[in-house]
Amino acid sequence: MNPVLLWFHTMGSPPSFYAFAGRCLPWLYGIAIPMILWGCWAGLFEVPADYQQGDTFRILFVHVPAAWMSLLIYGVMAINAFIALVWRIKLSEQLAMNCAPIGAAFTALTLLTGAIWGKPMWGTWWTWDARLTSELVLLFLYLGVIGLYAAIEDRRAAARAACFLALIGFVNVPIVHFSVDWWNTLHQGATIRLFGKSSMDPSMIAPLIALAFGTKLWFVGSLLARTRVSIAEAERSKDWVHRALRARA
Amino acid sequence: MLSVRGLAFARNHEPIFGPLDFHVDAGEAVLVHGANGRGKTTLLRVLAGLLSAQEGVVMIDGEPADRHAIARSCALLGHLLGHKGELTAEENLRFALGLFGQRQGQSPTSALAAVGLGGFEDSPARQLSAGQKKRLALARLLLVPARLWLLDEPYANLDLTGIDLVNRLVGNHLGRGGAALITSHGAYATGAVRTRTLSLDPQPATAAEAVDG
Amino acid sequence: MADSSAMTAFSALLRRDLLLVWRRRGDALNPVLFALLVVTVFPLAIGPEKSTLSLIAPGVIWAAVLLAGLLSLDTMFRSDLEDGSLEMLLLAPQPLALMLFGKVLVHWLTTAVPLLIAAPLLAEMLHLQAPLLPVLMLSLLLGTPLLSLVGGVVVALTVGMRRSGMLLALLALPLYVPILILGAGCVAAAAQGLPYTGALLLLGAGLALLIILAPLATATALRIAMT
Repeated sequence: MNPVLLWFHTMGSPPSFYAFAGRCLPWLYGIAIPMILWGCWAGLFEVPADYQQGDTFRILFVHVPAAWMSLLIYGVMAINAFIALVWRIKLSEQLAMNCAPIGAAFTALTLLTGAIWGKPMWGTWWTWDARLTSELVLLFLYLGVIGLYAAIEDRRAAARAACFLALIGFVNVPIVHFSVDWWNTLHQGATIRLFGKSSMDPSMIAPLIALAFGTKLWFVGSLLARTRVSIAEAERSKDWVHRALRARA
Repeated sequence: MLSVRGLAFARNHEPIFGPLDFHVDAGEAVLVHGANGRGKTTLLRVLAGLLSAQEGVVMIDGEPADRHAIARSCALLGHLLGHKGELTAEENLRFALGLFGQRQGQSPTSALAAVGLGGFEDSPARQLSAGQKKRLALARLLLVPARLWLLDEPYANLDLTGIDLVNRLVGNHLGRGGAALITSHGAYATGAVRTRTLSLDPQPATAAEAVDG
Repeated sequence: MADSSAMTAFSALLRRDLLLVWRRRGDALNPVLFALLVVTVFPLAIGPEKSTLSLIAPGVIWAAVLLAGLLSLDTMFRSDLEDGSLEMLLLAPQPLALMLFGKVLVHWLTTAVPLLIAAPLLAEMLHLQAPLLPVLMLSLLLGTPLLSLVGGVVVALTVGMRRSGMLLALLALPLYVPILILGAGCVAAAAQGLPYTGALLLLGAGLALLIILAPLATATALRIAMT
């Protein structure tokens, strides 16, 4: 068997995944956290102020990676949801379910930083521009997945229902984005874009990339950590869990 | 007619029953025994196709049963009887006809008469007593073409005449070449009919089959 | 032994459900009543000024129809679940998607069509400009079946939950957003003299697509939720 396929097949087994995730975590967090810290510091202090927006533009360094993550995580969740529904792989169910709270957190962060930027820019804490509105709907999608998963007692049926919902939402996201864009042009004439097309000073790019990578690594680490816990919980009646927990103690 | 190999069902990682191996032939009734919570109802629901078992194979007439085959061959009498209260007895049966088809030689009127509800054709189902509702559900079983009857606690809510009616109907059904799987708390022998027992209580072996009567 | 064809089963289901609605026809007016309440609330809250009301009329009517539909979604499967008829549908040797399409159709006929009939009255109460009424009616005609179809998927996912009201609304809203935007938006576009047929065509295309896809999704969702 092809080594890549073999690796995936092995990973599907909970004990192997548990061990693999445990080994990866220190590396993931170990690289992610310094990257994020450096990115934030550089964005806050090193990069020169934007000639148009002054210092308020610095929120971009948090807002943009958060927005990217909110969409990326949904994609990861949808892929795992698809695998979970079609091939009924328990691990994919768990991965998909654990993506949702992380994604929701990043979406909330995007909305929050969007609001914080909006205040000095437009004088209001909230504006209904296309991106923020789409992010709000995305937050509802995440909360819906979390809520549905929590509401059904049978854990596997709950995971399958929530995965199905995630897939429906996945198809819905571009439709929502398109319709909100149209709605925005319809009601405001000229599109209000929260983040104008100011040219990016080259020194801005490095912290942005650092934060983009840092958040991705942090997401993977967080996902693996959460999934480790949830598969251990799901399989708590099995032997390998007792052995693994004793080994840690 | 029905044969089951290695059927096991678990919910939330708690095993409910299995692995089970048994078969039900035409003309046979199998009585499923077990204390409460042993999975009698779950077993019937798995056989009916409402639940998917984690392991094992269900075969109908020698072929692995897909959903359509199960739907055409099995009829389930569950805890919820499936009558709409606002519809009359006859209207309820006509709907079942529309969904499942009609057994040759049966009509809603004849089925109602056979279960002792003759004259109740135009009574709204909600006005029927619990025993009468049970009989209406039995009338539905008579009406639809299914060969394998899955009866979950068919004796509940019935008086002695009702119990006798169930046994008689099952007997007739078996005589026509049908089969039945019946769950019950107590054991009600179906008289002259071939009955075997399947026990879901914990046994040293995976499944115990005792030949009865 | 005669097996039942899919079309026979479909018409049996339609007949039964319409008969059931007829036997409880008092309940059928609930969505209309709710929409009426919503439409009454807005002038009371915002003021009776004709120009203001006329401006918000299309949006408020759409919102009222959407909310009324949301409230009535639960009735799609609730009684069938409680008496075991839903289980019977799952057991029947018929294509489940077709059966569920029948249920969604009846739901639309009994909850949305009265709303459509009431819409001109609601429009009058909010001083909707007369030339906009046909556009509003058309948008509702295309949009309400979409709401019912999409709502059916969401209700199927939450079937059997006791207090699913809030969760239902949360799950339905992201799916309703594009329908609402296109529906209310096309009337807004017409109000501004902008072209609106594009939005209507999109709604129509969505309807054509979802008539096939939504019942399939509803069937899958129901089987997942009923285990």
